[in-house]
Amino acid sequence: MNDRDWTIARLRAAIVAKEVKAIDICDHFLNRIRTSKPELNAFTAVFEETARARAEEIDRQPNTWRDQPLLGVPIAVKDVICTRGTNTTGASRILSGFRPPYDATVVKRLQDAGAVIVGKTNCDEFAMGSSTEHSAYGPTHNPWSVAHTPGGSSGGSAAAVSARLCPASVASDTGGSIRQPAAFCGVVGLKPTYGRVSRYGLLAFASSLDQIGPMTLTVADAATVFQVIAGNDSFDATSVSLEVPDTESIFPGEIAGVRIGVPRPVLEGINDEVRQAFDIALETLVQRGGILVDIQLPHIEYAVPVYYLVAPAEASSNLARYDGVRYGFRAASKHDQADLQKMYERTRYEGFGPEVKRRIMLGTYALSAGYYDAYYLKAQRIRSLIKTDYEQAFQSVDAIAMPTTPEPAFQIGEHINDPLAMYLGDIFTVSANLTGLPALSVPAGFTSTRLPLGLQLMGRPFDEVTLLRIAEVYERESPWWQEHPFKQMS
Amino acid sequence: MPSSLTKADVQRIAQLAHLELTEHEQELFLQQLGQILDYAERLQDVETTDVPPTWHPESDLRPLRQDILKPSLSTAEALSNAPAPGPRNLFRVPKVIG
Repeated sequence: MNDRDWTIARLRAAIVAKEVKAIDICDHFLNRIRTSKPELNAFTAVFEETARARAEEIDRQPNTWRDQPLLGVPIAVKDVICTRGTNTTGASRILSGFRPPYDATVVKRLQDAGAVIVGKTNCDEFAMGSSTEHSAYGPTHNPWSVAHTPGGSSGGSAAAVSARLCPASVASDTGGSIRQPAAFCGVVGLKPTYGRVSRYGLLAFASSLDQIGPMTLTVADAATVFQVIAGNDSFDATSVSLEVPDTESIFPGEIAGVRIGVPRPVLEGINDEVRQAFDIALETLVQRGGILVDIQLPHIEYAVPVYYLVAPAEASSNLARYDGVRYGFRAASKHDQADLQKMYERTRYEGFGPEVKRRIMLGTYALSAGYYDAYYLKAQRIRSLIKTDYEQAFQSVDAIAMPTTPEPAFQIGEHINDPLAMYLGDIFTVSANLTGLPALSVPAGFTSTRLPLGLQLMGRPFDEVTLLRIAEVYERESPWWQEHPFKQMS
Repeated sequence: MPSSLTKADVQRIAQLAHLELTEHEQELFLQQLGQILDYAERLQDVETTDVPPTWHPESDLRPLRQDILKPSLSTAEALSNAPAPGPRNLFRVPKVIG
């Protein structure tokens, strides 16, 4: 088997028609994961045995599974999502050896839909970062140029789908962690509306911002996985009781008369090639009948500083649970740390990496007495203004388009000593999390040096369908996903 | 405020966060946090007197569940990851009171 373009749709059809066996597909991808390891380092754990057993079970009992939407589809799970009895580390030393006693709701739903979970993908520690350099497992490399980062924090998931190591991955997005790596690696990434997908079993980073979503080669595949994982869950009180839309019926879609807002002032100063690719993508949408509307988002320039106060504040609180008592790593005891306080401090010193410590410090400061009003509360008030900007824009448009990132992928090491520079790259992605709105990144071409670029679409609350429809129309006109990062790889 | 961030502040925050920091990390965070907080100063330019905070994306689509007992993880499962398990479902920790 040498096919490099196994989308979920094609794979499922081939298994149903008995053209291929689930076990052969599973072995094909496991082999690709294995051989890619030295170059990409996209996985933190590979579940070879359980994946093969599962695929064989599907082959043995085809009638039990044949109606399932992810029949025999190998899927990788970002290593911040719990998989029962198997490694879940958040790419952090502090969770080394942790084996969750339960599956995350999304994992259970994927399995119930016939998916084969092949392993856990690398990411920035506790999903904090934009480059997948901040991982206890070492950096993941961009399949399009191994000197570049794949983005982050879901860089392993993006690299895995891009390099055809698996047809899909589920990941988390707190400030762009699905969409930015999707753009950098040339795949589709969807952050659903806050509350659409259960967060049960997701290692909490910033609870008012976190959301789980799919990363895939095509828009239709993203829709399929989205439909499987979305829906109310009694284990997550923030999950909503809305009906999940039937996404199959929206393709092939059309966008005649669909109004697409473009916040032109915020595009000033971005990379020229990003700008060109974005303008061409807009032209394509216009040719298909989309109507461009200039919109204003006056407070978006504050989105990055708001985000980098709110997210670390929530993180500093959420990560207080890692104290070496109930699970994970505990620093070895020495004479000078024979009391509990010392044990906490030493465990967290040895267990957390530099970016996580930086954010815990920043968040603790923003919440501390005397600074709470000036930082945390102020940021939450401006968050309301950002939300109002979007509410007003959505009175006149159906979706908002902008580039996913202001620059293409940067090199490994380029921003490692300058966290603020790294944070500023999140300008277009963080406001979807601050507002809870759904947002999607679809491949939108390449730079002259063959680095992928992304088009981001944002929508009204719970209107993922409009984003999927627009993205699929664009993808049909410009099927960038058919390009391969490794021309020589089998 | 941020430009006046001192090493004593960094040490105080680290203590609040139960984080041991090396001398090098203290210097590094003093510089980096100062830089990030200086950048965040622009938020003070925004008039927010009558603007309520948004703590969480709100929705009226989140009904409270019924308060009914359901099976959940067993105690043994819930404690199975403890790095230093003790007897009778307890955790072993260093001395708390001197």
